[in-house]
Amino acid sequence: MRAISKKLFRDLWHHRGQMISIAAVTATAIMTVLTMRGTYESLYEARESYYQTSRFPDVWANLERAPESVRSLIQQIEGVSVVDTRVTFASTLDLENQVTPAVGRFYSAAPPSEMLGALHLRSGRWVSENDRNQVMVSEKFALANSFSEGDTLKAIINGRLRYLEIIATAISPEHSYAVPPGSLFPDDEQYGILWMSRQAMGAAFNMEGAFNEVALIIASNADIRHVQAELDQILKPYGGLGSYTRATQISNLILESELNSNKQMGTMIPAIFLAIVAFLLNIVLNRLISTQRQEIAVLKAFGYTNLDVGLFYLKFAYVAVIGGAIIGIFGGVWLGDLMVTVYRDYFDFPDLAYSLSPQLLAISISISFLAATVGALSGVRSAISLPPAEAMRPQAPARFSIGLIEHFAVLKKLPSATRMVVRNIERRPGKTLFSAIGVAFSVAILVIGLFMFDGMYYMMDLQFNVAQREDLTVSFNRPLPERVRFELGRLDGVNRVEFNRMVPIRIIKGALKRDMAITGRNVGDELNRIVHSDGSIMPLSLSGIIVSKYLADNLLIEAGDLVQVEVLEGARRIENVRVVSIVDDFLGINAYMHLETLHDLVGGPHLITGANLAVMGDAQADVAKKLSAIPMIANVSSPSRGFDLFKKQMSESLFVGIFFLVGFSSIISIAVIYNGARISLSERGRELASLRVLGFSKKEVSVLLFSEQAVITIFSIPIGWYIGKELSRISIAQIASETYRFPFMVDWETYMFSALITILAAIGSSMIVRRRLNNYDLISVLKTRD
Amino acid sequence: MVESFSDGISSPLEGTLQMQIFEARGLNKIYHMGEVDVVALKDVDFDLFAGEMLVLLGASGSGKSTLLNILGGLDTPTSGVVKYQNVLLSHSDEKELTQYRRKHVGFVFQFYNLIPSLTALENVALVTEIADSPMRPEEALELVELGERLNHFPSQLSGGEQQRVAIARAVAKRPNVLLCDEPTGALDVETGIVVLKALQKVNQEVGTAVAIITHNAAISAIGDRVVQMSSGRIIENIRNEHKSSLDDIVW
Repeated sequence: MRAISKKLFRDLWHHRGQMISIAAVTATAIMTVLTMRGTYESLYEARESYYQTSRFPDVWANLERAPESVRSLIQQIEGVSVVDTRVTFASTLDLENQVTPAVGRFYSAAPPSEMLGALHLRSGRWVSENDRNQVMVSEKFALANSFSEGDTLKAIINGRLRYLEIIATAISPEHSYAVPPGSLFPDDEQYGILWMSRQAMGAAFNMEGAFNEVALIIASNADIRHVQAELDQILKPYGGLGSYTRATQISNLILESELNSNKQMGTMIPAIFLAIVAFLLNIVLNRLISTQRQEIAVLKAFGYTNLDVGLFYLKFAYVAVIGGAIIGIFGGVWLGDLMVTVYRDYFDFPDLAYSLSPQLLAISISISFLAATVGALSGVRSAISLPPAEAMRPQAPARFSIGLIEHFAVLKKLPSATRMVVRNIERRPGKTLFSAIGVAFSVAILVIGLFMFDGMYYMMDLQFNVAQREDLTVSFNRPLPERVRFELGRLDGVNRVEFNRMVPIRIIKGALKRDMAITGRNVGDELNRIVHSDGSIMPLSLSGIIVSKYLADNLLIEAGDLVQVEVLEGARRIENVRVVSIVDDFLGINAYMHLETLHDLVGGPHLITGANLAVMGDAQADVAKKLSAIPMIANVSSPSRGFDLFKKQMSESLFVGIFFLVGFSSIISIAVIYNGARISLSERGRELASLRVLGFSKKEVSVLLFSEQAVITIFSIPIGWYIGKELSRISIAQIASETYRFPFMVDWETYMFSALITILAAIGSSMIVRRRLNNYDLISVLKTRD
Repeated sequence: MVESFSDGISSPLEGTLQMQIFEARGLNKIYHMGEVDVVALKDVDFDLFAGEMLVLLGASGSGKSTLLNILGGLDTPTSGVVKYQNVLLSHSDEKELTQYRRKHVGFVFQFYNLIPSLTALENVALVTEIADSPMRPEEALELVELGERLNHFPSQLSGGEQQRVAIARAVAKRPNVLLCDEPTGALDVETGIVVLKALQKVNQEVGTAVAIITHNAAISAIGDRVVQMSSGRIIENIRNEHKSSLDDIVW
């Protein structure tokens, strides 16, 4: 081995603590890339191939009922390649082990070769066309309720109790993420997708020779807006509710937002870490080179070229990166694999596995090297440009002056030891500032990671404790006269009934439009209220319409504007309505109107589609059971169950989340503080040894050394809070979707926790350096020249 | 422990001239350097008396620095006994030695070891702020004739000036003894003499005992007593009856 390589190894060994800390930051960067972006790629690939093989539709439309002959009209639309008509209904399932009734979403299953969004059987066999009691169920629903082939399932279909035979379990690309209506999270125990033959469905739901949902695949060059317009036109006479695309298909939408957040996190976090790698290499190499001036001079005097010297220090940086990359690759693959396993519980894909693409690996490693090179550059450049003769002379003594801070009157009486700290910080404000920013990111990462939980909790708390206060939400399977509310009120245990009407509408503002549902409700409603993101209750006005802010922003609607409302049922009237207020809400996109006003808008009889009930505490299960037995009731659900489900899921992900965030954040703060303290010790060892000789105790000297790091840490905390808050604000805006929007808010506990973890990490790294200080040889330090 | 360093030891001004400050008997110091043992001190007996100016002369490696470090509480002997007044230094622990250095002894090194981020005044204040009954920092600097350059940073002072700040810093706590390891080693003749004059002034005006280590025989002329060391032993211990004036010294 060449002597210079030996020197490299020994120098590396001597600085192993610093090298390891830099490698750890690099490892985290590569690990997060491989985990988050790797998961993103894997999910993306799995989704693409699944959508391809199962022929995932491009456009869907729901309608009241159309004869099968309409299918050929649809097929003739320019750009349409495949048409799949279906029959679908929601029904109550009577599960023995469940307190509140479960909901089954039934679909007709065309033969596998004709079906769009084809089922993938996990077990059992396909339903036969002639058997009317056979059903295939979604795999997760079966697992959650321990159903297997041959079991019988009780369903209330069209008001009649039916016994259905489970003959298969299956997954469907249209329900990869199966969310019950009005919820955000899957509820596999209480929400199942069920498929029966078209004939069986037709007979069960009076839909023989007819369909109420259509799915299309369009040609790759087709104009999707044109297809949608034509389709809506064709379906209009049949109660068409407006077509929608993949962008708003719920399962795809949630998957898409998950993919986005992985992609975003997999970019933002590694970028932060690599910036810190560059910063650390910059300060470490600059210090190393200034302590090795004489060695550099000797090397150059002996004929080593500038290139040799430059490469020597560059290798220093690269060793840290290579070490980090190796750990990062193993860690990333392991964690990516783990994460995909977790995703399998949420998304049903037939072959979802973590796979690491060579491109991703190459990119992440090259970017790490780039960061290391950028960080090493100034140090390497100074080593190269050092003339041998000058390098032999000791470095000029550090110049100090009385800084700005000391001109403040309060600080004029500082003890000399404190002045040392102040002047050291002031002498290199850049280094202090960058160190503080570095540590600030460890605070920021915790804030970014945790605020999401704060916002989510706030949102759900508001949703379930302020907005949706009813004990049971009831929806009818068809509009019913208003008087049914008296029947509901007569049930034992029901204290209060509030009723509403949901009507499919199209809101049009200029060239922009949106199909959605409007809810008509009563002014005095107490159970279910319209709630603003700040928690205030929004009163309902007797005329006009209230819309979600998300919708208003998309359609460029402002309060006071007139919009066109086209009712998508009955007489399909179109009227101009004034937007009286805009509600900044979290879930879905909503429009509200006074019930009487909505009745007038729709025309015809005064019908209602659902009700919210307050029920006496112990009667809830009983009332729910009785309600599900009523034929015209499609669904009975309990909002508090949604809240419980949410809390359970949140506490699980919070635990895992905190584990990683604390780890990430500690790696940053330890690396920055440890290296900062090591460099201070190297720069000021002589000074500290003098103080020891003058009779300062070990403790007093450590306090002097670490107060600089303490100041950096304390400064970094508010900076970190600010950065964290701003980055959170950005990510919130990016995550916002039709399904849900997080309110932006950070709890004080999050601020305190993020500061606490960073302070602990700073104390920990100071302890390591303190050991080194304690072992300092006073005499030898003082007898050398600076 | 006979007595703690924090109290009970008289200041030099209260003692008689011949009071012993240091009494070392049978000192040995062996450094283990890898596989070889280096004997730095061999059976050394040594005394230093209150108010005296002592020059410790010897070539590099003679053991004089080792002796000074042991006296100053920076190092401990392998065997033997060192007493500072009536306290056993050779049996003190790290904390006690720190207290000892803080209150009783002043150091001056070849490389001045000033704190670059503090002005001359503040470098002295650093010590007076933690001492029991110190001089005012200004007073200490006037003693070394630097009363005019109080607010200069070390980078703004010449080598001689820096060394005088170091002396002021060492003397400001009113120590019983000043230990100086090659105080003129990095300076030219004229500057060196200015520094030695400062030490002499401290010795005469404050009454502090001063021990100067040097390999420069010319300097021995200013000592009340000259102790010569070679290969870890004291080979000569002479009382200097005819002290020369500093103005006559050249090297």
